[in-house]
Amino acid sequence: MELYELTCHELLSKINEEKTSSQQIIRSLKDRIELTESKVNAYVRLNINDFTCEHTHNANSALSLQGIPASIKDNICTEGINTECCSRILGGFKPPYDATVIQKLKDAGASIIKTKTNMDEFAFGSSTENSCFGPTHNPWQQDCVPGGSSGGSAAAVAADEAVFALGSDTGGSIRQPAAFCGIVGLKPTYGSVSRYGLIAFASSLDQIGPLTKDVRDCALVMNVISGYDSKDSTSVNRIVPDYTQALINDVTGIRIGIPQEYFIEGIDPEVKEIVEAAIAKLTLLGAIHKPVSLPHTEYAVPVYYLIATAEASSNLARYDGVQYGFRSCQSRQSLLDMYKKTRGEGFGEEAKRRILLGTFALSHGYYDAYYLRALKVRTRIKEDFDAVFKDFDCIITPTTPTPAFGIGEKSKNPLQMYLSDIFTISPNLAGIPAISIPCGFTKKGLPVGLQILAQTFNEEMLFKVAYTFEQNTPWHLKKPKL
Amino acid sequence: MPFSLDTVKYVAHLARIELKAQELEIISNQLQDIVAFIDMLREVDINAINPTSHILPLQNVLREDTLVESLPIEKALGNAPERKGSFFGVPKVIE
Amino acid sequence: MEYESVIGLEVHVHVKTATKAFCGCSTQFGNQANSQVCPVCLGFPGTLPVLNSKFLDSAIKVGLALNCTIQEFTKFDRKNYFYPDLPKNYQISQYDLPLALHGFIEINTNAASKRINILRVHMEEDAGKLMHKDELSLVDFNRTGMPLLEIVSEPDLHSPQEAYDYLTILKSIIQYLDVSDCDMEKGSLRCDANISLRQIGEQRLGTKAELKNLNSFKAVKDSLTFEIKRQAEILGRGEKIIQETRLWDAKELKTVSMRSKEEAKDYRYFPEPDLTPFLITKEKIDKIRTTIPELPKEKALRLIREYGLTEYDAGILVLDRKDADYAENCLMSYAPADKKPIANWLIGPLLSEAHSLNCGICETGVSPAHLIELISFVEKQQISHLTAKSVLSEMVKSKKTASLIIKEKDLIQISDTESLQGIIEEILNANQKSVQDYKAGKENACMFLVGQVMKKTGSRANPKVVGELLKRRLSDA
Repeated sequence: MELYELTCHELLSKINEEKTSSQQIIRSLKDRIELTESKVNAYVRLNINDFTCEHTHNANSALSLQGIPASIKDNICTEGINTECCSRILGGFKPPYDATVIQKLKDAGASIIKTKTNMDEFAFGSSTENSCFGPTHNPWQQDCVPGGSSGGSAAAVAADEAVFALGSDTGGSIRQPAAFCGIVGLKPTYGSVSRYGLIAFASSLDQIGPLTKDVRDCALVMNVISGYDSKDSTSVNRIVPDYTQALINDVTGIRIGIPQEYFIEGIDPEVKEIVEAAIAKLTLLGAIHKPVSLPHTEYAVPVYYLIATAEASSNLARYDGVQYGFRSCQSRQSLLDMYKKTRGEGFGEEAKRRILLGTFALSHGYYDAYYLRALKVRTRIKEDFDAVFKDFDCIITPTTPTPAFGIGEKSKNPLQMYLSDIFTISPNLAGIPAISIPCGFTKKGLPVGLQILAQTFNEEMLFKVAYTFEQNTPWHLKKPKL
Repeated sequence: MPFSLDTVKYVAHLARIELKAQELEIISNQLQDIVAFIDMLREVDINAINPTSHILPLQNVLREDTLVESLPIEKALGNAPERKGSFFGVPKVIE
Repeated sequence: MEYESVIGLEVHVHVKTATKAFCGCSTQFGNQANSQVCPVCLGFPGTLPVLNSKFLDSAIKVGLALNCTIQEFTKFDRKNYFYPDLPKNYQISQYDLPLALHGFIEINTNAASKRINILRVHMEEDAGKLMHKDELSLVDFNRTGMPLLEIVSEPDLHSPQEAYDYLTILKSIIQYLDVSDCDMEKGSLRCDANISLRQIGEQRLGTKAELKNLNSFKAVKDSLTFEIKRQAEILGRGEKIIQETRLWDAKELKTVSMRSKEEAKDYRYFPEPDLTPFLITKEKIDKIRTTIPELPKEKALRLIREYGLTEYDAGILVLDRKDADYAENCLMSYAPADKKPIANWLIGPLLSEAHSLNCGICETGVSPAHLIELISFVEKQQISHLTAKSVLSEMVKSKKTASLIIKEKDLIQISDTESLQGIIEEILNANQKSVQDYKAGKENACMFLVGQVMKKTGSRANPKVVGELLKRRLSDA
């Protein structure tokens, strides 16, 4: 086995036995990238000679990722290293500070790779086609999208171009690409991982999370990145458990709810079949499952697109050509012209569409009918989950209604694209944790993701169920041919 | 239908985004579809529901009034498209 | 036609804290541009705000001192608009659930007390500063994120003088609380005014103008006076007032329309997702209430009660907290039961010295003990009141004590009859005409002769003693 094929925990034991080093791992990844990156385009601003990492510190805590290279989505700030959200408007932006998660990774001895991973501009999208650096290709089938918006992170991990990666998830941006690329992706409970340094899309929904080759890696990374941060007012002050303790191969008696609203029309029959087989497998392993109802499921997409775009319209107002990034160079222009041209030229189409929708939802005369109504329906969606979790330990759904779709297939129809997030949005609205793990492949060879949801701060339940499933199935061991 | 061409123009002005004529038409058609879809929310009974702005019941998050070092000026202005001395420069604001 | 003016004021006050509202940058005034900024107050991508606890406590304190109800639940909102001094292009402010509501303060009009209601007090962050140079505007973000309170009055003010008095009292209260410098020159207190006219007896409000660029309390008063005249003329012609923002031009002494900046205001307020809400407990409110010192009005009442001051004198002495403490120190240290003499000195000569130095009575360099010593010279008739005033000026200038100045300049009054009698003889000999006049019944002649003695002694003679001696001598002869 090549080093680039290994997981974090496999590499960590090799490093501990002094059988390899951070430099050797990076060199191995470089070799792999030279071979496969032209087919995948997982990284942006890649210059293979510069594919290096920050100097490795000695881990100052028991939680160690000593020597493990970390690939970082282009919307997580890295001091002095370009962080552009794959947008023209942030062209050349070098943050003067590290995101809290970057600081935590460094403290744990991880090496931060200076080349960032591709994404939909400002995380607006489900396909990584909305990147100013061009689309990322799905390593399993290169004419398919890798999902989005953390498509670069997911494809890099799936293609063995990264050991693990960080992404961000606002409505499925970690889980959906993880599902499309056949890897593990976790959206943690809102407030468990600091958002400080994550370039905001929708502040009340965004969370940073890991994209990894297996469930153990996911737990290892969560051990490092989660925890209270005084710089983030929405970060929760609680003791972080050792998530690896939850990696127990046993689901006996675990009560799983299967929401009927997730298995209705529009779902790909193959996906349905594969997910049902996965549920059957868990039952075989001792879990109990029953149908449940989340009656407001169909409203999740419209609620999400109002709340997320409204917050985004405000969060993205700062890109105006004054302090950093792109400024439209028209000589002798007025301030108003500078604003309008900078933003008109600097933002891509999807960003403009979302900013306009969000501005509309907040504008005079429409606030109550749109934004406020959405906040109220959000309450209903949360109540649906609370009701189910009174009687169930977790909820299982397909991560996506279809496997990876073709590049260009949905890019002309934004509404159809929005509907591809239908299964991943509700957990963000409810703030609960959600994981996607590989649970099978379609006949065409595309991976299918299984989504597990649990109560607020019950990541351990996700790890337990996901680990048990993984230990009893071969899907996580499959690799795309590149 | 609230999303007329005028609405798009108004909203684009509020958001300070210049749209080319063709872009304006495409986007306003798309937004019309999206808003029509979103209008399904009208079916939901929202009487006596509190809006959720924050999903976690966190409150009273405060910090002490203690100084933290500011950025060196060169770092603060390091990304500036235009500067004069230690100021950021913008096209003249007409008062 | 007779009109009544209806005025409401929006006052912004910088809260005195070491650090900004949502980050740890210093709030010091007057440093190099962009030297007090960090990723948070610059609104750099990915940064998040965390509220300064001292800002919240001070805001509650102000709310309580202005007799407001502190709200149990309060939150921040984003006010969205584009301007280069606003790094995020939204301001963190409070919209529908401000910290404090429905307060009031009392001002004195024509010797009667009048209650001015306060609509709300809310917390927000300040914007940066713009300078205009050639073809560029230059932006300094040092002020960005400074903690700011907005205090909005109800439209209860009905004259420029009332507006002036309201501001004076408001500033005084806030200074007593020690939560702000309230220095208009440094921008730590700013004021905008809304004004409309209506016919006397009319209940509905007229169309208002919003006045900006008011750089002093006087500018507030002058601009309102101008605006009342302008609006009355327009209404008098049967025309309508346009609702607009007008800038005060302090050179031309007029308000000017700033239509160029007018556009429909659509701030798209929504709850700030990066800050959690705040629940203000009764315990917290009670605790902060105990930190509120005696406020000017209570202090004035006490000075009247304890020291027998007039309402007028007390009103002047309490406006500034440090001055009031100084005055009370003087009143307390002054031994006689009748405090009128020292009060007169504070309101009279000392206040005029302070005025000429453009400072408060506590800042002239004359300590209460030294002032009392000076007054004791007058009371012992060792120097005249007139001389004492010039000694006070000298004390302020040279920082010497009264006794030293009096000794150095040999200012002690000549009150002993023996030395005065000799001088009187000299004067009488030299002014025989006046002696004749006096004897012929011209009382004024005596005054003249006293004046001559004073002149001869360099004002050091005790005029009362001289007068008595002269009268006795003239009736003897």
